[in-house]
Amino acid sequence: MNEKLSYIKPSGIRRFFDIIERVKDVISLGVGEPDFQVDWVIREEAIYCIEKGYTNYTSNQGLIELREEISKNIKKNYNIYYDPETEIMITCGVSQALDIALRTILNYGDEIIIPEPCYVAYKPLAILAYANPVVIKTHEENNFKIDLDHLRKLITPRTKAIIINYPNNPTGKSYSKNELKELAEIAEEYDLYIISDEIYDKLTYNGKHIPVAKFIKDRVVYLNGFSKSFAMTGFRIGYVCCNEKILKNMLKIHQYSMLCAPTISQYAAIEALRNEEKILGRILPEYKARRNYVYKRLIEMGFKTILPDGAFYIFPKIENLNVDAEKFSEELLFKKHVAVVPGNAFGDDYIKYIRISYANNMEKLKIAMDKIEEYVKELSVLKI
Amino acid sequence: MENELLQILESNPNLNIKDISKILNRNEDEVREIIKELEKRNILKRRYIINWEKIGRDRVYALIKVKVSPERGRGYDKVAERIARFNEVRAVYLISGEYDLEVIVEGNNLKEIASFVSNKLATLEGVRSTVTHFILKKYKENGEIFFEEEKDYRLKISF
Ligand SMILES: Cc1ncc(COP(=O)(O)O)c(C=O)c1O
Repeated sequence: MNEKLSYIKPSGIRRFFDIIERVKDVISLGVGEPDFQVDWVIREEAIYCIEKGYTNYTSNQGLIELREEISKNIKKNYNIYYDPETEIMITCGVSQALDIALRTILNYGDEIIIPEPCYVAYKPLAILAYANPVVIKTHEENNFKIDLDHLRKLITPRTKAIIINYPNNPTGKSYSKNELKELAEIAEEYDLYIISDEIYDKLTYNGKHIPVAKFIKDRVVYLNGFSKSFAMTGFRIGYVCCNEKILKNMLKIHQYSMLCAPTISQYAAIEALRNEEKILGRILPEYKARRNYVYKRLIEMGFKTILPDGAFYIFPKIENLNVDAEKFSEELLFKKHVAVVPGNAFGDDYIKYIRISYANNMEKLKIAMDKIEEYVKELSVLKI
Repeated sequence: MENELLQILESNPNLNIKDISKILNRNEDEVREIIKELEKRNILKRRYIINWEKIGRDRVYALIKVKVSPERGRGYDKVAERIARFNEVRAVYLISGEYDLEVIVEGNNLKEIASFVSNKLATLEGVRSTVTHFILKKYKENGEIFFEEEKDYRLKISF
């Protein structure tokens, strides 16, 4: 058995998640995927592909039409140019792109800096790539952003890369132009790669998203996909953009371990990008309204909460209540039939936070917020 | 702000003033005032869309195309208004092509609609000819689909 696997522990809160499936009539605010169905133009295109028999392998790197569409999209949205021939590869979701990016960049024993709280896959994938994940905690007082002085202290001669994710899962926070610039300068100074998971970029409600590649394109491995902005989670499709040298090497892993991303999904993804404005125009105002509503409700309930910039998560602190996040989540589930994710799923220190996903319609969000409010009141009474 | 409010209401018609004030981060009186104003200006209209067929109440609908001689100075508007004022009429559109107006009429049965067309519509001054298509089944109206809603197949927890 691969020894590395013994370092990857099944998370302690696994038990909690097993229980959830057994509780009936739950409103789940624990879901990491959009509630919007995939837009019909995309589904229609997928059906059409099957009818036409577009069901063969594609080139390892992915359909050139899709790579061109991605290149155009990044150019249009961010004015950054990636060559579809040599700098873009289609993957099975950002998940697979992450896996091969780490295996490509890191050598045995290299260090990679991972800011927490973060998406659950980063640390395990780094370990599987035979690297040492070095965690940098981010704090609510600092809007859950990386403290750059702290970052400098963590860098050693073995540090090869840093992973960033913004808008962030689970905090919803993003980085500003200046913050990204400073981060880019550090990467330059210490000769680091930045693996940038920007899967929620299109779901930004405050200001404008800026890819960190804007500042040091050559050092950035830019990851994005269709799971969140187009709700295409089950299509399993994403992409990576980076310099030719890294891409060539990533392609070596991809071609032997995956061969190519699902063909039908690749065609569907082309259609998604071609209809981007229409589709986002429909969902963005809705997400923004939900974010504002949930934020306001949480604040009124007395939670310390930071207004998210994007994605569909909010990460309130449950500090004044006499429970930790696991107990809170479990009781909320059993007593009020509302599911949330305890913060420690995203990093050991976040046991006083919960992640709420507002990827639910307003009606459900209203009921769920009422129930959380009831539960919090009951807790406060108990405390006195 | 008005735009944002209208967009929210369009997709969430059940929200109350309190909810909207939280979403827009404005006080409730302000929101109430804006909604009143939008209603007064005929920008915001409320109406339920009911799938009558589903509860067994048979209503009959017809789509009627009308050729009209436009009137000097007022074009089609005058005759369109006269048609629109009938309670039986659900919609009136000025259209391009062979015909000039498209009218959607509602009635209790075929006979009622036929008599409306021959007695009221066709006899109006300016109406030259009509063609009537009875609507056999409704699949989508005002953006609302009359098929089963799609289920939520998501796992209850995912990261
Ligand atoms: C930050 C982040 N990265 C990557 C993923 C995985 O996305 P994909 O479906 O593209 O593999 C997720 C999904 O939850 C995520 O939240």
